Amino acid sequence: MASAYIVVLISFAYVGLLFAIAFYADRRADHGRSLIANPYVYALSLGVYCTSWTFYGSVGRAASSGIGFLPIYFGPTLMALLWWYLLRKMVRVSKANGITSLADLVASRYGRSELLGGIVTVIAVIGIVPYISLQLKAVSNSFAIMLRYPEIAMPAKQADIPLLADNTFYIALLLAAFTILFGTRHLDASERHEGLVAAIAFESLVKLLAFIALGLFVTFSLYHGPGDLFARAAEFPGLERMLHVDGQNIDYTSWASLTFLSMFAILLLPRQFQMAVVENVDERHLNRAAWLLPLYLFAINLFVLPIAFAGMMAFPAGDMDADFFVLTLPMAEQQVWLTLFVFIGGLSAATGMVIVETIALSTMICNSLVMPLLLRLRPLNLQDRADLSGIVLFVRRAGIICVLLLGYAYFRLAGEAYALVSIGLISFAAVAQFAPAVLGGLYWRGATRTGAACGLTGGFAVWVYTLLLPSFARSGWLPLSFIEQGPAGIALLKPLALFGLTGLDDVTHCLFWSLLVNAGLFIGLSLLGSPSVAERIEAGRFVDGGHGGGANSSVEAWRTSATVGELIALTGRFLGVRRAREAFTAYAHGRGYKSNRELPVDTALLRHTETLLVGAIGAASARAVVASVAQEEPLGMHQVMNILDEASQTLAHSRELEQKSMDLERASAELRSANRRLQALDRLKDDFISTVTHELRTPLTSIRAFSEILHDHPDLESGERGKFLGIIVKETERLTRLINQVLDLARLESGNAEWHAAEIDLRDVMEDAAASVGQLFRERGVTLELALPPAVSPVFADRDRVLQVLLNLLSNAAKFCAAGTGRAVMTLSASAEALRIDVADNGPGIGADDQAIIFDKFRQVGDTLTQKPHGSGLGLSICRQIVGHLGGRLWVTSSVGHGATFSFTLPLARAEVESPVAATASPAPA
Amino acid sequence: MAKPSTTGARLIGLFLGGCLLLNYPLLDLFNRDASVFGIPLLFVYAFGAWGLIIALAALVLSRRE
Repeated sequence: MASAYIVVLISFAYVGLLFAIAFYADRRADHGRSLIANPYVYALSLGVYCTSWTFYGSVGRAASSGIGFLPIYFGPTLMALLWWYLLRKMVRVSKANGITSLADLVASRYGRSELLGGIVTVIAVIGIVPYISLQLKAVSNSFAIMLRYPEIAMPAKQADIPLLADNTFYIALLLAAFTILFGTRHLDASERHEGLVAAIAFESLVKLLAFIALGLFVTFSLYHGPGDLFARAAEFPGLERMLHVDGQNIDYTSWASLTFLSMFAILLLPRQFQMAVVENVDERHLNRAAWLLPLYLFAINLFVLPIAFAGMMAFPAGDMDADFFVLTLPMAEQQVWLTLFVFIGGLSAATGMVIVETIALSTMICNSLVMPLLLRLRPLNLQDRADLSGIVLFVRRAGIICVLLLGYAYFRLAGEAYALVSIGLISFAAVAQFAPAVLGGLYWRGATRTGAACGLTGGFAVWVYTLLLPSFARSGWLPLSFIEQGPAGIALLKPLALFGLTGLDDVTHCLFWSLLVNAGLFIGLSLLGSPSVAERIEAGRFVDGGHGGGANSSVEAWRTSATVGELIALTGRFLGVRRAREAFTAYAHGRGYKSNRELPVDTALLRHTETLLVGAIGAASARAVVASVAQEEPLGMHQVMNILDEASQTLAHSRELEQKSMDLERASAELRSANRRLQALDRLKDDFISTVTHELRTPLTSIRAFSEILHDHPDLESGERGKFLGIIVKETERLTRLINQVLDLARLESGNAEWHAAEIDLRDVMEDAAASVGQLFRERGVTLELALPPAVSPVFADRDRVLQVLLNLLSNAAKFCAAGTGRAVMTLSASAEALRIDVADNGPGIGADDQAIIFDKFRQVGDTLTQKPHGSGLGLSICRQIVGHLGGRLWVTSSVGHGATFSFTLPLARAEVESPVAATASPAPA
Repeated sequence: MAKPSTTGARLIGLFLGGCLLLNYPLLDLFNRDASVFGIPLLFVYAFGAWGLIIALAALVLSRRE
């Protein structure tokens, strides 16, 4: 048993080495020279995917199913191609939201739900327990095999050994201690462990090298290359069928479902999440790791088949567990150092998995399960304690021990009934339950907390029923009839053939039912319900997370391959190429570069680009547009909607502006025309005053002239004197009339005129007017005719004013008609609403140009300079004012040589009309 | 340099192609008694297709750097 000490010694030495590496990496990290900040270490650390399952189990699987071990690695290879979208988004979202575990991710996504965090934790812990037990089984068996060296024999069944005599129990405790030392030495807010990652990467390297060393030894030392090995295997009885896929060893349905399953595993296993997301230093590492990890998987599996076939040929009796060919082969060949190396490789695979997995689980247990509960327990008053780190560390450590002990318990209960790979697959199926909630949560806004919680719970329940419980039954912990007859003999509920579904292997069967229930509940309940506000906010942050993490400054997380040229071109599209180039060149000079071509495309430059664009197209659009170039992701629907929103807002805004400017334009046009009117009025006033003074001066001049004559010549004869005095009186009357009219007009225009409204009969008024001007017409030899209807309705008006209008129009007619042949006709007609009076003459008529101005003050037809004015020029102006005031209108129709007709209307009196002033008719065009 | 969006598109194309290559029925075409340098055709194909996908992924992801 001397070898036992060596094995134990070497194991501890190896663990010591791991600690040294971890310590060194931590020190380097403290000095800012991180050991793990490169894509190769990142990819190697992701190699934690390869556990004892790979190291020992793949060979065992290959020995029973040929290439049936491969789908477990094809899945990750394919999924790695989607990391570009999926994992990158998870990393961004997690970094932006400070997420440190899968439970955290799900809880945060659905409105920081503690319930969901708890559910995920429970599923993860229970689901991973078989996986942990797999590692325990592998380590303990490999120990047992090594300890019996050089004898080659399989260890005894563990179930028969009492607990305290069971090596596996101590191994579990040792691993727990090891993990505690590794993962919970101190607390870190980001839950990142630089040293741990370095150690895990190193372990990945060790297990890869160990396996390849063994593979090379087997293939090229035991046999003459792979051709020789496979040729001999083909001749070996019973091995021939392993070279094919034939439905007995593996069928294509299982093949596809295992590929599918492992795709989720590489993304959603807690330890993968821990390594790929939480421990990620730089998002760009993903790009390299996306093909380095598959390459790693490729390399570590390259020799699985040769080793499996060599093992089966070396131990044809079948008494050796194919899972441990990896150890027994070099032992049989007396290769001590190779055996030890392989053993260390296996130890690496197991410890790596256990350490990272339990750390990830204990983080979940602590942060998502225990601490929320403890904080709620009022008697503990934990909220008030300043420093909780002691409690947190204790919970973490207890969590690690619990997980390992659960793994050990499962190993004791069910571990013996399955090969390594089959145990691992149980865990894979459990982890797949996270897929709908996580992936749906990352890409579907409508996903709700209820949907996620019910989906997870339902899927997990189906998993327990169709995979976990049967594993207990197989190992005799439950009655075997549970599997064979169904619970209580109900055949439809047989856990491995639920509702009579047969023809699938256990895992595929479980995967189908559990994901059906899971995704069904998740999608169905999400569609039926609607997310709460908190969920919606989180949904936005998560679903848009890939585009930079929501509303906060997003450029932070951008990693880009965009070139300066692209950024300039992009900016140029909105700002103009010249301006864009100038802006970038100025920026380059500002940062000490010679030209913009030398600028590094970094966060600062992207932000600068964004800033340049914000001014042009608004913040949301700028971000989305820069993202479209920088992030190499297509614009999401949401971004497009944002842009549209913003654009339509801008559009509405500019439309409003346009409206306003149109209003302004209209107002200014009105002002302009008002101003023009004012100026015209001003001019008119000046004209008016000069005209009035001119008009006043004429009679005054003649009055003064005749008065002077009378004064200077007191000896004038009385006939002459009487004549002169008569002229003076006449001129004075004219002066008085003129002044009266001016005053009248001023009163009318200012609205101060007195009105004496009453119901009047226009026929009377017209007859009075005709009688008044009768003398005038007779003097001038003009005939006047009246055409009156027999009876008309009364109008409500000021009789004197109407009379004034009529007299004015009639005297005008008399003035302009030729003596002798002159003829004027005054007509009254009635319409439904108004009475109309026309005064027609057969005078010279009024030209079209003059028609527009004759109603203006002091405007008279004809040249006032050469012809003697026929009146003051105020009459028609006054008439129009009066008619307008009475609610009617006054206009003229005429053509030169055919006389003129002045017409005006007066509205009929209505009962409700109290004052004609109020019934002002709209001014009509003349 | 590859256009930003094409890297993602190429990877998705590669993913779909990989799903086809590494599954029934294409896989079954090579499931027969034949060997390349003494290695069964099925094994050669499985590892060959796998290696090809990894190489193409490396190519796609490196060209953009």
